[in-house]
Amino acid sequence: MLCERCHERAATVHVTKIVNGEKTGYHLCEQCAKEQGEIMHPFISGNAFDFNKLLSGLLNMESSSGFAPAQTTQLRCSSCGMTYNQFTQLGRFGCPDCYESFSSRLEPLLRRIQTGNSHTGKVPVKSGHTIAQQRQLEMLRRELQQAVVDENFERAAELRDQIRALEQGADE
Amino acid sequence: MSLSDFLQRAMSRWMRDGGPDDDIVLTSRIRVARNVQGYPFPILQTDSHASDVIEMVGKAIEAAPVKELGQYELIRCRDLSALDRQVLVEKHLISPDLAEQEKHGAVVLRDDELVSIMVNEEDHIRIQCILPGMRLDDAWKLATSIDDALENKLVYAFHEKYGYLTACPTNVGTGIRASVMMHLPGLVLSGSINRLLSAVSQVGLAVRGIYGEGSESFGNLFQVSNQITLGETEEEIIGNLQSVVYQLIEHERNARQQLLQRNRTQLEDRVSRSFGILAYARRMDSRETLERLSDVRLGIDLGIIQGVSAGILKELMVTTQPAFLQKYFSRELSASERDVRRAALIRERLRLDDTEVHG
Ligand SMILES: [Zn+2]
Ligand SMILES: [Zn+2]
Repeated sequence: MLCERCHERAATVHVTKIVNGEKTGYHLCEQCAKEQGEIMHPFISGNAFDFNKLLSGLLNMESSSGFAPAQTTQLRCSSCGMTYNQFTQLGRFGCPDCYESFSSRLEPLLRRIQTGNSHTGKVPVKSGHTIAQQRQLEMLRRELQQAVVDENFERAAELRDQIRALEQGADE
Repeated sequence: MSLSDFLQRAMSRWMRDGGPDDDIVLTSRIRVARNVQGYPFPILQTDSHASDVIEMVGKAIEAAPVKELGQYELIRCRDLSALDRQVLVEKHLISPDLAEQEKHGAVVLRDDELVSIMVNEEDHIRIQCILPGMRLDDAWKLATSIDDALENKLVYAFHEKYGYLTACPTNVGTGIRASVMMHLPGLVLSGSINRLLSAVSQVGLAVRGIYGEGSESFGNLFQVSNQITLGETEEEIIGNLQSVVYQLIEHERNARQQLLQRNRTQLEDRVSRSFGILAYARRMDSRETLERLSDVRLGIDLGIIQGVSAGILKELMVTTQPAFLQKYFSRELSASERDVRRAALIRERLRLDDTEVHG
């Protein structure tokens, strides 16, 4: 087997990665491996190689399946100008607003590469307070709806007071 | 400069110090990705965007909350030589990608080098904490406290549903990548490594290893890390990784004991030969270096070799890398010159210890 980088010397360094049970690898000669620092790369680059490869694999599948075209190719982020097509090639978004701009295409993608599509972890300290409050308000509103449906008006009144108190607290 | 002085100065804490379960776990690392609101991600950055982000990070580390967490210095990539950037890569403090970001990149280093913050790599900010041994919890505590302290002066790009927004959707949500570097010679020698690692990769974790010809192991070093960043809390992500790592540690310890009981002489021979080669060879390439060091480290762990510091594997796997060698010998070296110098450095390093080989 020839080295995938110089295509001259025999490949003697084989880097194998296993992601989701799927084996991928690349093959280099000793010298190219050294020059690229490949010997250490896998431990350093965090996610660079395999996660992106996995992602671009999925994105390629999407664009070659003929499933995407027409309206998807028109998608463009108004903040940074990146198109959805560019994203599928780069595997990177252009700016934070891209998440909203491409949300219709993003949801199915996230379902494949992540466990869920909602963040449940840490929230920023500064804006965190309001986010936590919004989450609680949402929960209370859902409960209120249910209470009304169940004709449990006593509980509904209680919930309405709680929601009001929270909303007023947020204004202050 | 003598070798011991050079090492004293050049080594990061993670290379020198030990930690829990460090006979098997070399390092625990947490990386947290963050971006500043209102700016395009580095891929679309202009020069002035990049400078703004660097300046904001510079101000944030000057502020009191960060200062309480240690002594930090911000360095722009363009102010470092290519060789010095490569040394930082070899010490695992920056990524190869950042080393190439000469124009827009910067790095914040804490004086003990347990913390580095990459600026304008794939994301605006990547906080990295690297601790010796199995200390994922401590690494996360450190990373999250630095994250909080930075946030005091920065507004992060955060989405109520998607969490922390990152350039690549494989990092979105928590932005966390937790990884553990493990030395697993017992599992490799006993032949059970592939079965175990493919089981690990079925539970949302990624395993990276380096293989030589015929999928033989290469230094017996493996990195296990989380793959999912969205839909689980940081604690769940770390807990999941931890429980798998502890299982691997147990399997590795059992495999080592079995080898010792069944193939003691063979094992002693292998370990001692590798030690002999490291102590006397005149040319060593980086691949053989890693393989021999792995054997020697196993010999130290099993009491076959005494008087050699257990940290030798971590220490030499970094200091025998190309940029480090060129730094130590203060000159540019071709690949074949490096092999000669590498062997010399290893011989010299082993002479610093008071070695005994038992059998
Ligand atoms: Zn080559
Ligand atoms: Zn955008």
